Amino acid sequence: MSMQPAVLPCRVCGQLSRVGAGAASWRCPQCHARLHARKPASLERCWAYLLAALLCYFPANFLPIMKTSTLLSSQEDTVLSGVVYLWSSGSWPLALVVFVASILVPLLKLLSLTFLLLSIHFRWRWAPLQRTRLFRLLDVIGRWSMLDIYVLALLVSLVNLQALATIEAEPGALAFTAMVVLTLMSAEVFDPRLIWDASREDGHG
Amino acid sequence: MDRTDKRPSALVSCQDCGLLQRRVLLPLGARASCARCHAVLYQQRPLRLEVLLAMTLSSCLMFVSANLFPMMSLQSKGAQSSTTLIGAIAALWQQDMQPVAVVMFLTTMLAPCLELALLAYLLIPLYCRRAPRGFVPLMRVLQWVHPWGMSEVFLMGVLVALVKLGRLAEVVPGAGLWSFCALIILLTVNAGFLDTQGLWRCYRSLRQP
Repeated sequence: MSMQPAVLPCRVCGQLSRVGAGAASWRCPQCHARLHARKPASLERCWAYLLAALLCYFPANFLPIMKTSTLLSSQEDTVLSGVVYLWSSGSWPLALVVFVASILVPLLKLLSLTFLLLSIHFRWRWAPLQRTRLFRLLDVIGRWSMLDIYVLALLVSLVNLQALATIEAEPGALAFTAMVVLTLMSAEVFDPRLIWDASREDGHG
Repeated sequence: MDRTDKRPSALVSCQDCGLLQRRVLLPLGARASCARCHAVLYQQRPLRLEVLLAMTLSSCLMFVSANLFPMMSLQSKGAQSSTTLIGAIAALWQQDMQPVAVVMFLTTMLAPCLELALLAYLLIPLYCRRAPRGFVPLMRVLQWVHPWGMSEVFLMGVLVALVKLGRLAEVVPGAGLWSFCALIILLTVNAGFLDTQGLWRCYRSLRQP
């Protein structure tokens, strides 16, 4: 980056410090954390986590995440069929919450992060404020995708009535957890300031 | 523009868009937001150490009781089972879902526990007007741990599990669940009062009297 700012903020303590050109790296005078103008290798790391999450997306949604066995029958459930079950049993507000948390949010997150990364790669100047807001939204709602994992863990440990019924976790749960953790990490390493760098290059700011 | 104060302490950099802006003195209770992306830059409010400390210590108590007592129990045709948070994690582990169990342990037990312990460790000396040892590295750990605590998501998970099982058998919420509800309320209030910039200011004022 040619327009290295002369004042860098510390991510840990928030203090700004003036840095001279020439040195390879700087440390915050107050807390000795490394100072960076932008999160290091933000785009590369974000792409890596995002592509890995995308790979997990399909097994996470199409493989069953749990198997319910009773005396007479056994049934395998995917994330989506769990939502359908909640809906058909009449608790549609919860069905909606689970649908948003485990199906809509991961999909939205994968698509939006891909869009944001592409917009940075092609140096779009279009609507940086809206793109920043989109990222803030992703950052807030992303954690809710863990919901299904917690429900699964509770069901598995409670429904263990030896002869009567058991619930077991299935491989889909592994893929689902991996996908959620990877999307969380990709949002964590993403630096929203990169959105604004393209519009900064016209000379003002 | 040339005559403005350009010392780093008179400036603030927006976390979301990187714009450098001049700090202004705010009235009490006001917040400054970024001129370009509207993110909150800083707030002017008194650091309520006594409130923070009280909230943190009661959260610690609630965290302990939420983990000791069963979350809920299930009764069906004479058979009965109940589970705690750690029991749910152990059940996943036993079913060869070790990675899932580890993620759940980190997000619902280790991260909230570490965050509360760190806050208590930092707040008690600050409240007694002493600079805590290892303040700087611990603040870094605190910032790193914070996004991984997902207690409120787990509470929603308990609700969904209650409804799902309610169709099959009789489900009774346990003492652990009520403690967990109290914990979430306390954590939310605590997050509203917690001002890391204020903690840094307090620490600095204690180091350089």
